[in-house]
This record gives sequence, structure tokens and C-alpha cells, in this order.
Amino acid sequence: MAVMNVNPTRMELKRLKKRLETAQRGHKLLKDKRDELMKQFLEIVKENRILRTEVEERLSRANKSFLLARASLSGEAIETAILYPLQTAALSITTKNIMSVNVPRFSYELSNSDPSAIYPYGFAATSSELDAAIYHLSDVLERMLKLAESEKSAQLLAQEIERTRRRVNALEYVMIPDLRDTIKSITMKLEENERGNITRLMKVKDMMVKQQIEQHRANEE
Amino acid sequence: MYKIAVIGDKDSILGFGALGLETHFAKDSMDASQILNRLAKENYGVIYLTEEYALGAENVIARYQDQMTPAIILIPGAKGSLGIGMRAVSKSVERAVGADILFKDQS
Repeated sequence: MAVMNVNPTRMELKRLKKRLETAQRGHKLLKDKRDELMKQFLEIVKENRILRTEVEERLSRANKSFLLARASLSGEAIETAILYPLQTAALSITTKNIMSVNVPRFSYELSNSDPSAIYPYGFAATSSELDAAIYHLSDVLERMLKLAESEKSAQLLAQEIERTRRRVNALEYVMIPDLRDTIKSITMKLEENERGNITRLMKVKDMMVKQQIEQHRANEE
Repeated sequence: MYKIAVIGDKDSILGFGALGLETHFAKDSMDASQILNRLAKENYGVIYLTEEYALGAENVIARYQDQMTPAIILIPGAKGSLGIGMRAVSKSVERAVGADILFKDQS
């Protein structure tokens, strides 16, 4: 029971009632928002989980073939082989609006569309293990980007859900009960005043009646 | 146009260079967080970071978590997956729901 520090007047009561109504409507809306956000979020997280398992698996496969390449070639040979890539990846970001949360959509473009452009070296000086490693990597790149997209979306949505949940809870457990208690206490005070007023009037009436009776008797005698 | 960067040790990320991603080699997680901070100020859309170095760079990662860019995504390094990336996913579930409801059975 936490009553706000306000004057117990009819004006105040009316104002508080209006506030309570707004708070209740806001609470309902925010609750709906939270539920829908949660639904979207869980979908994204599920997708994210599948993607991550896949990316991690594929990447470790690529790393394994890279390890083989390192075994068959010297470190310098590999470094010089891929020192100057034939293609560069440019990323463009568009945003998508999920329940008024802006989440990124990534898409990338390679400057060189030739599928062999991922091998920036001559095949004479390198081993086929390196080719395999780089092929695996290029294979996983698109999924990595998808992963980035869904993971970032999940993070941003999680933040928004947290905020919305706090607001809902603040309204549900603090604002609305406080307003209710205050309204109740003001109503009770006003009623008490009313009762006090009635008793006073009755008392005054009694006194006036008595006075008149006495006057009447005095006149008769 | 945004760029994509990969941060990690040489063995883990050398190959990404061939695909046209920018590779930044780091010696340890301190080094990695410094690079991360530097890259975050430029226009990088996605930064991939190996899990191994993410271990010591949590606060830098957390700083950019609520921004749209850069998206810092953990990838397994040459030593294989450490499960940190997966844990980050379950952490965001925890943040949103208040309890981990999807990954309970695994960890």
C-alpha cells in the first residue's frame, strides 16, 4: 500500500482516474508488444542456433584442411600465395523493421564474379590441400553472413524485449497498484467528509427543532 | 559500402584473406580488443572474432552489442569450437526471457 502524496480533492481524484485508465491501456499495449517480440525473437534464436552449429562445423572442417595445407607447405609459401586477393568483398546493409526494432540485413558483393577468383595464386607452387581449405571457406562465407545477421538481430531484439519487460513490470507492479491505492484512499476520505457533514447537519437540525419546541411552549404559557 | 573484417591468430584466419575479407592478426586477446576498438570506429559492418580471443575481450564486445554495426560474431579458431559463441546466443535468450529456456538441456 503506497499512497501518493496528493491532496484528497475531487479534482485530484478525477485526474488520477484518468491516469489509471491511461496506465492500464499502456500496460495492455506493452504486454502485447512484449509477447509479439518474444515470438519473433524465439524464431530468430532457433534459426540462429541451427546456423551456428552448421557454421562452426563447416569452419572446423575448413580449418582442418588448412592445417593439412600448412603441413605440406611452408608458412611463408601460404602467406605469399594469398597475400594479394583477387577479389574484395563489399558489404551492404539494409535494415528491416521487426516490431519497430531496426535489425540489419547483410548482403555482400564480390568485386570479381569469376568463381576461380578465390584462388589468388598459381597452382604450381601450392598444394591441393590449400585449394580445398579455401574452397571450404568460401563455401561457408554466405552462411557466416547469415549468422551475423541473425545473431545481431537476436541481440537487438533481446535488448528491446528487456526494456519492454521492465516497462510492463513497472506499470503492473508499481504504477497501477499505486494509482489504485491512492484513488481508494481519496474516495474514502471524501466519503468520510460527506458522512461528517451529514452528522453535522442532523445535529444542527436537532438543535433547531428543540429551540422551536421550547419557543412554542413559552408562547403557550 | 561496409567492410568485413576477421580478427584472430594467423593459423585460424589466414584463409579468409583469399576471399577478400580483411584479416587482422592479433597476438592475444588484449591485442584483439584494441584492434576491435579501432575497427568499430570505421565502417565495418561485420567483424568476425575467434572464440579464443573473445575470452579476454568480453567488455569490448558487450559495448557494441546494442548497436546496429558492427556485428561482432564469434567463430571457432584453429583449435576448434570452444562453445563460447553458442553460450553468447543462450545469454541473449536469458537477457530477453529472464531465464534460459532453450538451451537448458545442453549446458
